[in-house]
Amino acid sequence: MQAQSPLLSGRVARTSRETMDPLTPKDVEHIAQLAYIKLSDEESEDMRVQLTNILGHFASLSTVETDGVEPTGHTTDSNTVMRKDEPQPPLDQDDVLRNAPDRDGEFVRVRPVLE
Amino acid sequence: MTTHSTNSDLYFATARELRTKFDGRELSSVEATRAMLDRISSLEPNLNSFITVTPERALKDAEAADRRLQGSGQEAGPLTGVPIMIKDNFSTKDVETTAASNILKGYIPPYDGTAVRLLKEAGAVILGKGNLDEFAMGSSNESSAFGPVHNPWDTDRVPGGSSGGAAAAVAAGECFIAFGSDTGGSIRQPASLCGIVGMKPTYGLVSRFGLLAFGSSLDQIGPLTRSVADCADALNVISNHDHRDSTSVAAPFDDFAQDIDAGVAGMNIGVPKEYMVDGMEPGVLSAFEASLKILEDLGANISETSLPLTDHALAVYYIIAPSEASANLSRYDGVKYGLGTLNADTSAQATEIARGEGFGDEVKRRIFLGTYALSAGYYDAYYKKAQQVRTLIRREFTDAFLKFDALVTPTSPGVAFKIGEKMDDPFQMYMNDVCTIPVNIAGLPSISVPGGISEDLPVGLQFIGPQFGDTTVIRGAAAYEQATNWHQKHPLI
Repeated sequence: MQAQSPLLSGRVARTSRETMDPLTPKDVEHIAQLAYIKLSDEESEDMRVQLTNILGHFASLSTVETDGVEPTGHTTDSNTVMRKDEPQPPLDQDDVLRNAPDRDGEFVRVRPVLE
Repeated sequence: MTTHSTNSDLYFATARELRTKFDGRELSSVEATRAMLDRISSLEPNLNSFITVTPERALKDAEAADRRLQGSGQEAGPLTGVPIMIKDNFSTKDVETTAASNILKGYIPPYDGTAVRLLKEAGAVILGKGNLDEFAMGSSNESSAFGPVHNPWDTDRVPGGSSGGAAAAVAAGECFIAFGSDTGGSIRQPASLCGIVGMKPTYGLVSRFGLLAFGSSLDQIGPLTRSVADCADALNVISNHDHRDSTSVAAPFDDFAQDIDAGVAGMNIGVPKEYMVDGMEPGVLSAFEASLKILEDLGANISETSLPLTDHALAVYYIIAPSEASANLSRYDGVKYGLGTLNADTSAQATEIARGEGFGDEVKRRIFLGTYALSAGYYDAYYKKAQQVRTLIRREFTDAFLKFDALVTPTSPGVAFKIGEKMDDPFQMYMNDVCTIPVNIAGLPSISVPGGISEDLPVGLQFIGPQFGDTTVIRGAAAYEQATNWHQKHPLI
């Protein structure tokens, strides 16, 4: 089949940058707050340019007709899975707490939660 | 004991061949494990495929395996005594687990993930933890906080990713089997670039409990091996229904090796034309053409088909996977484990600093992308839209599998590229997974087998099957493997 097949001749994938409004520095600041990630000024500007570019590649999705189509969350089509509420042996407390950056006996210490 | 004056027979043996040596008392698991540890010591300066090596544990496990192989205690299985590697995003009790991220350096899990537990119960010997792209986000293993992995075929090149350490280690003979995770191609693409077999099973076949979550609706654990039979044996060990993973399936499991000698005569195989993307390397295309001819000669009915929505799969993936990642990675707050700081006025500031310093560029980029896609005002346009197109992509595959037993495509549009070559353009990097991503979106089984050589580097051939058609893709891949000798070509390292 290869000889007459057009499929091996290469084709244009839909990856060209399509127009969209670039993200603003304020958008990036807002996302950083939501994501709890502190960026330097330089990192923020790089992020703004790169996200704008990547999102631009995704603009073609809006051309797919999806009226009335159910969204897919995952592919096993299972419903909420229940199990019996039976006690199980817990993890060893020391094994768990040894990973805390700041530990005080049976507690994990954190900085003040309220300013 | 039998001494191996030239060990290359052992380094590139399959797990089945190793088991035959065990059974014939030609070699013990301790001897095989020592040979692997020596091999690791000599190759690691050039490859960097391991983040952690655990020699004492490995030798202790090998001693236990030898007792079992000699008939005392539990019955031995196909992986008993076989030295393996586990990707470092699998939770391993008492052994550091980093996901190749600074934010988890020093983290010692208090429990084993389910796949790790099953491998230990099967008597496999864990040599250590494999390098990967940070949190499995990448296609080249260059985003690891522990440095890049080098491809054993050409150490100036990437091994692919994110299971780059796993693929390099199996290709170079540092272990017999490695276990990785595949969210958009992270087992199959590095397997392709390193000239080995790699399989992503049907979503739900292997429990994700204890796999550090990236994109939960896409992540699936699978084996990287030097033969299709080893891949089937390994899948038999790790697949199970697990109450600790609510997406793990309860279906009765096949013997995944049952059809490896069944051949492809009469099998209907489709070739989706959309996978021949612009920019696919000519050497990859000609290797693929030759592979189609081989399958045809073996009696398969090959015909072209069309899956038009393939063009949108990359966009769907790079909205859904980062969205899920942004939620999954919110747990890394620097409080209970991982990198934390006391040098802040409030808990919130401490978290912002820990995450700012602990996550690398690619992980931050994906968290930002996902956070944006899920944020108020954009949810419908991005996340919901992507999930709807996901439904349509699944339907397109379902329709295709009414006509075809399996689909075949190249695994990756190119061979291994130079380290550093694609790091400046995230989108070009994302394009590496264009042939593997649709499979994860639809939750299907897929395997990559060595399918040719281009520019002295390996090319992969990908089989895709219908949901729970894992034995079908294994059957197709095994028939192709038996008819070719690509899997017998090894890097000169």
